[in-house]
Amino acid sequence: MDSANAADHAFLLLDSSDNILICTCSVSAGTIVSFEGAAVRLRDDIGLGHKVARFALAAGDKVYRYGFPIGTMIHAVERGGHVHHHNLASDYIAAHGRDASSAGNEP
Amino acid sequence: MTGKAQFVMDDEGHIQGYLRPDGRKGIRNVTLVIYLVECAHHVARAIVTKCDDPSVHLIGFPGCYPNSYAFQMLSRLATHPNVGGAVLLSLGCEGFDRAKLMEDIIASGRPAEKLVIQELGGTRATIEAGIAAVARVKARVETAPRAVMAVSELVVGTICGGSDGTSGITANPAVGRCFDQLIDAGATCIFEETGELIGCEQIMAERAITPQLGQEIEAAVAKAAAYYTILGYGSFAPGNADGGLSTQEEKSLGAYSKSGRSPISGLIKPGDIPPSSGLYLMDVVPDGEVRFGFPNISDNAEIVEMIASGCHLILFTTGRGSVVGSAISPVIKICANPETYDRMAEDMDVNAGRILRQQASLDAVGDEIFDWTRKVASGTQSASEAMGHQEFILTYKSFDAVGPACLPRANRV
Repeated sequence: MDSANAADHAFLLLDSSDNILICTCSVSAGTIVSFEGAAVRLRDDIGLGHKVARFALAAGDKVYRYGFPIGTMIHAVERGGHVHHHNLASDYIAAHGRDASSAGNEP
Repeated sequence: MTGKAQFVMDDEGHIQGYLRPDGRKGIRNVTLVIYLVECAHHVARAIVTKCDDPSVHLIGFPGCYPNSYAFQMLSRLATHPNVGGAVLLSLGCEGFDRAKLMEDIIASGRPAEKLVIQELGGTRATIEAGIAAVARVKARVETAPRAVMAVSELVVGTICGGSDGTSGITANPAVGRCFDQLIDAGATCIFEETGELIGCEQIMAERAITPQLGQEIEAAVAKAAAYYTILGYGSFAPGNADGGLSTQEEKSLGAYSKSGRSPISGLIKPGDIPPSSGLYLMDVVPDGEVRFGFPNISDNAEIVEMIASGCHLILFTTGRGSVVGSAISPVIKICANPETYDRMAEDMDVNAGRILRQQASLDAVGDEIFDWTRKVASGTQSASEAMGHQEFILTYKSFDAVGPACLPRANRV
């Protein structure tokens, strides 16, 4: 399989109502991939298991995976852009990082 | 397509189990050494180390203050079908009710001995006495009768650890396929961590066998969300984000797919034994005000709770690459991420990442997990078991008993 073909198969749509695609093998920034017939140049490195926008998304848009909501966009993203915690927030509860000074301070 | 997880089943699904006096059957014949406070941990560990026997496992509770949850957990674990007998290690002044634990084990028909360090004259004397006690108990454990065990007699739990963006599309739904097969065969399956099901409460409630059970499931998830909100964040580790998961509900939906498609027969709490076959959700979040910190401080805290509810073995899915096993019950590792599998193949039993490389279907991997479940139940060592993983952790918690709406099947005869 040449690299262009590999990149074309790198993004998986899990449910027809989803607005994100899942990366199934790591792809470098600058790679041109085919999204449902349209050529899209990736701006970011996208790692295995990460998400990209299937369409341009605006702040306030709900994000759908498996056909179910997984949070709300807090910043806009263009088609093919990385969708992750820098632009997507939970509707339920915050995630946490590795910063020990701010984590685990129980009431 | 490595040959590692490929094998031909050589039986008709029958497993040679160990028959216990209460009629339950185990798939392993473990002798436990149990410390009843951290102050007895070193002595207990020294006994286990010197015994140098993979069937002698170390478990215990570190706290000095008594806790009814911890007591019930150790009582259930010491009388688990995979366990043949136990040696208890007490310092002497701790709050744990060692006499009642001895009573429970003896009442179950298992051999047990109790050693009190302060009475025996200290570390060295107790280690010597402990080695002799393990030898006596183990000699009786080895006389456990064997009995044919059907798949329908298995209790199987599932957990995900080190999840990433691949977990919910490969390993977790493959375990769901295996759960469906096990339940169709009459087995009992447990999935858990209500805090990792936040966002799935409505779709889960619709699968409950009664509307009242559905309401209990929704309430259990709401309790988890409130509990984690007070703690400041959900059940979400930095590695989850490294692997592409962005939010709690995204992680939850992926984790939820481990439960398969069977109806949900009941809601149990740690240590409750499911009253019938079928699929059960375990509510692991404590009741009442937030008192003892995080519900489960790491994956093994959840594994041990499912074992206390009778799980013979655990199906553990991982994307980032967990290596843990467990005391008492074998842990089967299903790796979701093909890149992780390539790096850590020796720690994995099943490579579900093949699904992403178009080398296997979800159904084929589900079948493979089902076959591994029977194979490990029949005595084959899982990868973590063969490498000596016997992790164990038990912390403080408090629970109220489940109400009648949680176990509709228990009310019918």
